[in-house]
This record gives sequence, structure tokens and C-alpha cells, in this order.
Amino acid sequence: MLEGILIGLTTAFTGTNLLMVIGGCLIGTFIGMLPGLGPMSIIAIMIPVAISIGDPSAALILLAGVYYGAIFGGSTSSILINAPGVASTVATSFDGYPLARQGKAGKALTVAAIASFCGGTIGAILLMIFAPMLASVALLFHSAEYFALMVVGLSAIAAFAGTGQVGKALLMTLLGLIMATVGEGALFNAPRFTMGIMDLQSGFGFITLAMAMFALPEALYLVLDPARSNNEAGGEIKDLRITRDEAKQITPVIGRQSIQGFLIGVLPGAGATIASFLGYAVERNIASKEDQEQFGKGSIKGLAAPEAANNAAATGSFVPLLTLGIPGSGTTAILLGALIALNVTPGPRLMIDEPEVFWAVIVSMYIGNLVLLFLNLPLIPYIAKVLAVPRTFLIPFILFFTLMGAYIGQNNATELLILVGFGICATILRFADYPLAPLLIGFILGQMLEDNFSRSMQLEGGIGFILERPMTMGLLAFAVLLVILPTYRARRARIRAQGIADGD
Amino acid sequence: MALDRWIALIILMICLAYGYAAFFTMDATLPPFMQRNPVWPSTFPKILSVIGALVALSVVLGLEKDTGGGKEPDIDFTRLGDYKIGQALFLLGLMVAYALCLRPVGFLGSTMFFLIAGSIVLGERRWFIMIPVAAFASGGIWYLVQEVLGIFLRPWPFFLGV
Repeated sequence: MLEGILIGLTTAFTGTNLLMVIGGCLIGTFIGMLPGLGPMSIIAIMIPVAISIGDPSAALILLAGVYYGAIFGGSTSSILINAPGVASTVATSFDGYPLARQGKAGKALTVAAIASFCGGTIGAILLMIFAPMLASVALLFHSAEYFALMVVGLSAIAAFAGTGQVGKALLMTLLGLIMATVGEGALFNAPRFTMGIMDLQSGFGFITLAMAMFALPEALYLVLDPARSNNEAGGEIKDLRITRDEAKQITPVIGRQSIQGFLIGVLPGAGATIASFLGYAVERNIASKEDQEQFGKGSIKGLAAPEAANNAAATGSFVPLLTLGIPGSGTTAILLGALIALNVTPGPRLMIDEPEVFWAVIVSMYIGNLVLLFLNLPLIPYIAKVLAVPRTFLIPFILFFTLMGAYIGQNNATELLILVGFGICATILRFADYPLAPLLIGFILGQMLEDNFSRSMQLEGGIGFILERPMTMGLLAFAVLLVILPTYRARRARIRAQGIADGD
Repeated sequence: MALDRWIALIILMICLAYGYAAFFTMDATLPPFMQRNPVWPSTFPKILSVIGALVALSVVLGLEKDTGGGKEPDIDFTRLGDYKIGQALFLLGLMVAYALCLRPVGFLGSTMFFLIAGSIVLGERRWFIMIPVAAFASGGIWYLVQEVLGIFLRPWPFFLGV
């Protein structure tokens, strides 16, 4: 492991790569603060830039920096103006905004930054320990197990979607898989489902799809509902310092939530949002009576918990991505797409074949966290000025960046029409409360899923591979169980509830 | 029927059309030597279409009731009348126009037009800020993409021959 860290240090500590981290964090914070632009949209916009850099480690470092920066920016806007740019920072606004209203915006930002820093750093240490272990297990897998593992990942994403949403999430995943079969597959050199349209020969562009699924609907919401972007800054930011007593208060909270957040982040489909809400709830429950009163009215514990948890979870979500090549969240799915575009295949072989990419990312996580704490935090009062940009200027620019992101990647104007078309579909899907991340994850995993499926079919000469390999069968059974269980339990609870009502 | 079930119905249609293509049209063109293969290009789509149709059907029939409740949706489509749909449609139209103009008109012209027209649609009337900002942004981004990233973007209209 030490050797790995050294490789990472030598890769990450070159001039360009340091610049990438710092630049990425700043850009991420800057854009993440804007209403309606979450990490997914920002990363999708930055992908063409990252790809044109060419060097996979530099590109991944840049994107990871953007990711942390965006989370940090999101928490800043939820503290200052009670407008979380991202779902994972909603819990931050519970206690962060009241603090800002009391004139303690500076203190709240510092607590959030320290909690994020610790969460991120502890997450990175855990990642360093867990990822190699998981990768060495994953090396034993054959394509049949990979196929089964991806099915488990996809069904877990659907299963964690929430009550009443499992069917919809599953449907979205399948739609993503179906869309992935359009174009020429890797194993069969024949175009499929292109309907004779030349532009579909190479399939749908994943950046186009990512933009259409996330950036465009968010921007359209800002247009549709002006109330979403009302930006009244909540007071002046001054006095960033915290006292020794406060530091003592939040230390155990941060420690617990970093570990819990990381473990939740590793699970596919759970991710930073669940980690932050759960972290907040757990800390409120175990706090002392008088501390409990403070939650929701400006408790620094209530601010530190979700911040530590969501950053640790963001780091944790890199574990399945880097070791199995299976993204657990929308953001890591976009990162996976970027990696594939850079000719890097994440998975257990990544640590062996391209250790400099793997370790550089981990080391850049530390550097990124340091940059956020020591560079971004003091700059926040100035960066926060971006919140004052009127929406009449902001929205055309957001739309323009969405268009540019799709155009630069493909250099094809038809891609822009596809973007607008899918964007409209995605907005309608959001109206009907369909989750969109599963669609994108399904789309990105589709090709790999089919390749592994076909390869195991060819090796074993038929569908029998499922029965012949106990591990494959076990994993597939687990996947089915994951999907059926929440539905079954909800149904039983409902029937029981009805029964009680009848009795009354 | 709620909007989400209508959408599920549409997806069901897509799955059926997709399944029809996979089951009945794809195998005919398969060369004989590939037919000995245990896996065909249509194998995976066949499986997907069947599972997709089943899941879509279960959503259409509402087999899974929403017991969560209380969760406020991101956006409420019953409040559709309150939303500024006109503006959104106009902006979407602008995006399509941008896509169609980008090649023939060139990057600088179409971007400036897009940014200025977008601001106007949203109700901005401060011309002295709008025009310089749009000009500066399109010039700056063109420079970044073309010179720094090295991706070709035609700056001027096609008849200028660049």
C-alpha cells in the first residue's frame, strides 16, 4: 500500500495535476453554489474538458476535484440562502440556515468545511484500506459473476429508490439498458435498432444523455418556477473562527458520521443523500436532552453530522467504481463514462494495470480536501457573490453550457437536437416522479452487462452458466430478492394496516 | 389515470415495439455461421424486452402502491398553470435554433444571439450589460475551446470560408 501511495504522490504532485485539483475544486464550488446545478450536471459539463486533456489521471483528478468542490458549494448555498443545490445537502440547511440567520454564517461555513474535510479525509483512508481488499476478491470473478454482480448493483439501485418507487426505478434502469443496445455492439459488428438513421450508428452519446437527464431538466425547472432561484443572501459572512469548546463538541459527531457515511456510500444506490439524512437523524437521537432541543434551530452538531456523512459517502461511492467498475450513484456513473472515454477500464485490474490512475485519484482526494479547507473557505465571501447574479443572465448561460457540453464531445450538431428531445422527455419523467439516475446507470452499464452476459453464454454454451456456477446463481437470486422484498414488505404492511382499520 | 402510469404505458409500448424488432426482424438477417453461436445479437434485447414489458405492466396496473406518502415531489404537475411554460418552450425553441444555426452561422454569431435572446425571453432589458456580456462570453469561450482545448469550432458564417 505504501508503494501505491508513493506512486500516487509522484503522480498527483506534478504541476499540472496540482493545478487540476485546485482548478477543479474552485470551478466545482463556483458552479455548485448556483441553484439547480448539482455535481452531476457540473461533472457532465466538465467531461469534454477532461477528455481533451488526454491524460487519464489528470482528467480523473480534475473531475474528482470538481465533484468535491460541487458538494462544498452546494452546502454553502444551503447555509447562506437555504437553497440546497443538491439533494445531499438538504440536511445541511436544517441547522446551517438558522445559524446564518443568527448572524453566524461564517461560523456555520467553517463547521461545514471542517466536517466535510474530516469526512472526506477519513473516507479516503477507509477507501485506501477497503478498495485493494475488494479488488483482490473481485479478481477471482469470471464474466458470469460480473454479469450477476452488475445485475445486483442495478437492482440495488432500484431497491433503494424508496417505497412505491421500486417499480419505477426498475423501469428506468431497463429503459437505460434498452437504450444502450442501440448502435453497434462490441461483440457483434452489426448495427442494431438504428432504424436506418446514420447518426445512431454509434449509439447515443453518454454525455448527451447525462446532460439531457440532469442539467437540462434542472435548468428548465429554474425557468418554470422562478421561486426556485430567489436568491436573497442571508447576512454578511464574517468571523470564520470557531471556539475550542465547539471543536470539542463536534469531534465525536464527525468521527461517527464519517465512518457511517462511508459505509452507506459504498452500497450501490444509497449514496450521499441517504447518508446525510441518516447521519442527521442518528446524531439527533443520541444527543443529550438539551442538545436535542437545539437541533433544527442552529445546532453545530446538526450541521456537522450531515456534512461529514455526505462527504464520506461521496468518497465511499468510489469504492465500487474503482474496484468493480460498477457505479453506485449517478455521479460515479458519469465518472465511469468519462473513464471509458479516456480508454481506462475501471475494475479490479485497474490497480494492477494502471496503478498511477488509481492512487493518484486517492491522493488527489486528500489534496482536494486540503484545498477546500485552506483555499476555498477563506475565499467563500468572494465566491458567494456569484449568488447575486440575476437569473435572467444565469439561465441562458446554464443552457448554453449544457449545449456546449454535448457539442464539444461529439462535434455533431445532431447531438444537440437529440439533447433537446431527451431533455424534454426527462423533464416529463421528472414531473411524474420517475428517478433518472437509474436510467443513466443502466445506460452506462448496459454495454458491459451485455458483453459479460454474451461471453459467459459463449464459454458455457448456453444459458446453463447460471445454474453451473453457484456464485452466479446466488448473486442473481440476491438481486431478485432485493427487488421483491421492499415491494412485498410494503404490501404486507398495507394489508396489515387495512386489517386494523377494518377491526375498528 | 395519473401521469406516471400514462408514461409507463408509453414505455410499455416502446418495450413491445423493441421486443417485436428483437424477436421477429433481427434474426432473419443473421448469417448462417453465426446461428451456431449460443448467443445472438438479439438474445439480450429479447430478455430486456420481456422483463421491461412485465415491469412496465406492473407500473401501469399500479401493483405497487405508494405507501411512502408525505414526500413532497420535486415539482408538482398539478400546479402546471402557475409555471412559466411559455418561457420554457421558447428557450427550448432557441436551443433547437442554436443547434441548426451553429454550423452555417458560426459559433460567435449564434452564441451571441442565443445568450441575448435567452435573456430577453426571461425579461431582461438592460442592453448595455447584455450585449457586452454575451460578446465577451462567446469570444472567451471560443478562444478556450479552439485555442486551449484544440477543438475546432467554426467562428464565422460559412460564406466567409473559415
